Amino acid sequence: MHQLWLIPVFPLAGFAINGLIGRKSGKNVVNAVAIGSVLLSFLWVLKALSAMGMFGAGMPEEAHVERYFTWIQSGTLNVGFDFAVDRLSAVMLLVVTGIGLLIHVYATGYMAHEGGYYRFFSYLNLFMFFMLILVLAANYLILFIGWEGVGLCSYLLIGFYFDKQFAADAGKKAFIVNRVGDFGYSLAIFLIVINFGSLDFGKVFEAAKAMPVDQGAGIFTAICLLFFVGAAGKSAQIPLYVWLPDAMAGPTPVSALIHAATMVTAGVYMIARSSSLFVHAPIAMDVVAIVGLATAVMAATIGLVQNDIKKVFAYSTVSQLGFMFLALGSGAFAAGMFHVVTHAFFKALLFLGAGSVIHAVGGEQDLRKMGGLRSKIPITFWTIVCAALAISGVPFTSGAASKDEILIAAFHHAPWMYWVGVITAGMTAFYVFRSVFMAFFGTYRGKAHPHESPLTMTGPLMILAVLSLAGGFLPIPHFLEPMFPKVLEESEKWLEYTAVASGLLGISLAYLFYVARPSLADAASKHFNGLHKLLYHKYYVDEAYDATVVEPIVQGSRSVLWKGFDIGIIDGIVNGIGHRAMNIGGTLRRLQSGNIRSYAAWVVLGSIAVILAMGLTGSIR
Amino acid sequence: MPLLPAAVPLSWYLLLSAVLFSLGVAGFLFRKNIITVFMSIELMLNAVNLSFIAFSYHLKQVDGQIFSFFVMVVAAAEAAVGLGIILTVYKNRSTLEIDEIDSMKN
Repeated sequence: MHQLWLIPVFPLAGFAINGLIGRKSGKNVVNAVAIGSVLLSFLWVLKALSAMGMFGAGMPEEAHVERYFTWIQSGTLNVGFDFAVDRLSAVMLLVVTGIGLLIHVYATGYMAHEGGYYRFFSYLNLFMFFMLILVLAANYLILFIGWEGVGLCSYLLIGFYFDKQFAADAGKKAFIVNRVGDFGYSLAIFLIVINFGSLDFGKVFEAAKAMPVDQGAGIFTAICLLFFVGAAGKSAQIPLYVWLPDAMAGPTPVSALIHAATMVTAGVYMIARSSSLFVHAPIAMDVVAIVGLATAVMAATIGLVQNDIKKVFAYSTVSQLGFMFLALGSGAFAAGMFHVVTHAFFKALLFLGAGSVIHAVGGEQDLRKMGGLRSKIPITFWTIVCAALAISGVPFTSGAASKDEILIAAFHHAPWMYWVGVITAGMTAFYVFRSVFMAFFGTYRGKAHPHESPLTMTGPLMILAVLSLAGGFLPIPHFLEPMFPKVLEESEKWLEYTAVASGLLGISLAYLFYVARPSLADAASKHFNGLHKLLYHKYYVDEAYDATVVEPIVQGSRSVLWKGFDIGIIDGIVNGIGHRAMNIGGTLRRLQSGNIRSYAAWVVLGSIAVILAMGLTGSIR
Repeated sequence: MPLLPAAVPLSWYLLLSAVLFSLGVAGFLFRKNIITVFMSIELMLNAVNLSFIAFSYHLKQVDGQIFSFFVMVVAAAEAAVGLGIILTVYKNRSTLEIDEIDSMKN
């Protein structure tokens, strides 16, 4: 036993302490509890993993399962409250607690002047708790607890500034869109229970391996597609990606932790976890790859023209998640997970850097009102450049290592996917450097007085910068290899060179458009006015969803459910009974005339009626 | 040797009782003075008493007589309470017209 339960319990305790007494105690106590709990959790992860031999002798290939108690016992179905650690969850554990720790430290600086300080950190700790449950889960149901829990925390933190209408709306949107995905996930769980009689990862995958492929093809495809519906909700894939860009209404550390580094990769993790099922469902794999690629392209094109720095990075996240799904769909699960890790490094850094920029210019998020910040906030600038280089796939950075693996896998799956991916990688480089150039080069166009952020914020930035640059040398794909089915590894060098060239081309185009010849950008947007408008309005997807889904539901609820059923039938029954009683009472009231003789007459008539009735029925003998 | 001559059969008593009762009912319904109404009630009670006694004698059972004693006791108590109420009504409203005492209307 490695006492795995301690890992999530530390943040839970932090949540409880900060949530209960955080309002009264000072900020220092809140900081200590919030950071301390995550630090303890991180250290315990390190201790448990080193005890399993991850850093030395090498980890066993079987999962280490810890059984705590039987949670549900119903017929033959037995769901235990079990935690498990294998190579896959080890990687995720390190990412979640490690990045989580850095972002907690950063948040103490970023949130220093905000209201609801203790609330923010208790939510953040609660998120860590659920995310660790999700990662540690040894069966699909425990995973679902974490899955829903992180969704809840995401909702709470997106709507952190709940007094602002758009933040509250964004929170609701995230929650509701995720419900669609969760519905698919629950259906998949039901199918697994029906077909495999268990929810434990180990047992399900054993049974899946034993099942003849041609016999179970339909079932596997159904389960995997439903899982992908769930993953598409959580990890923001077409058609459920619309919540993630809006989720940027939350504080920036939340965007970094939840909506870039950890929670949104839960879908990728879940599908990688279920790889034994997916390899039996080639159709589902193709769907995953195509949807992932389409999402990557679509989000990247939208990112090209956005002016809100966080929106750009949000669409970039959607796009990068698309790349991860492309990897999963191509069968390169290890590459997908590798990209999860490197993406966690550089995207967390991009968001935290963006937060530092926003902090420096007094809350402004519009790139057009920044500019020339290079000399004013140098640490932020250089760290963001590191992240931008990594995401663009410049050689020897972390992003290059993982993205090249994905693209190579895509090439072996279908060459056209590789080419689309390469073009998207070029666009990625372009839009990221576009925001870098717009924010840091040229002259300052805003009104505030930019100042460098405190060390609590720049410290995590620098650590993440190192990780973004060097993270590619982590032997994660090799480490994860025993977990997943083999992929043939005969990469040709030109594949990598083309991908790198595409990234470099994107960077140079961005330089040309936004530093060397700024007039070119305006000219281009004028020349392609229609296209620019289409991209700027995000393909009008939100409007389309409003018109086809939201409005009918709202109108239907209003006219049929509210005005028709609720007011007409429910209220109608209740009020009708009341009215009827009043009518009957009103009629009977006239009997009570106050005239004693009329009462007496009624008594006499009544007696006569009773006697007559008794006489007629023969009761009187 | 019967106490009553055989020429007076049970039905006569019952007929008398019915006539008295009907008179009581009619008085109750058609008189306007509360005291008269009250007297009509007493008349009805005693009409019933008469039929109790008659049956008791006819059936040679004592139950009817016991019942009529009960009725007398209740009537006496009722007379005391009823007269008290009538007195109070008169004091408060200075009328004994039964149609004018209708504050319980509706």
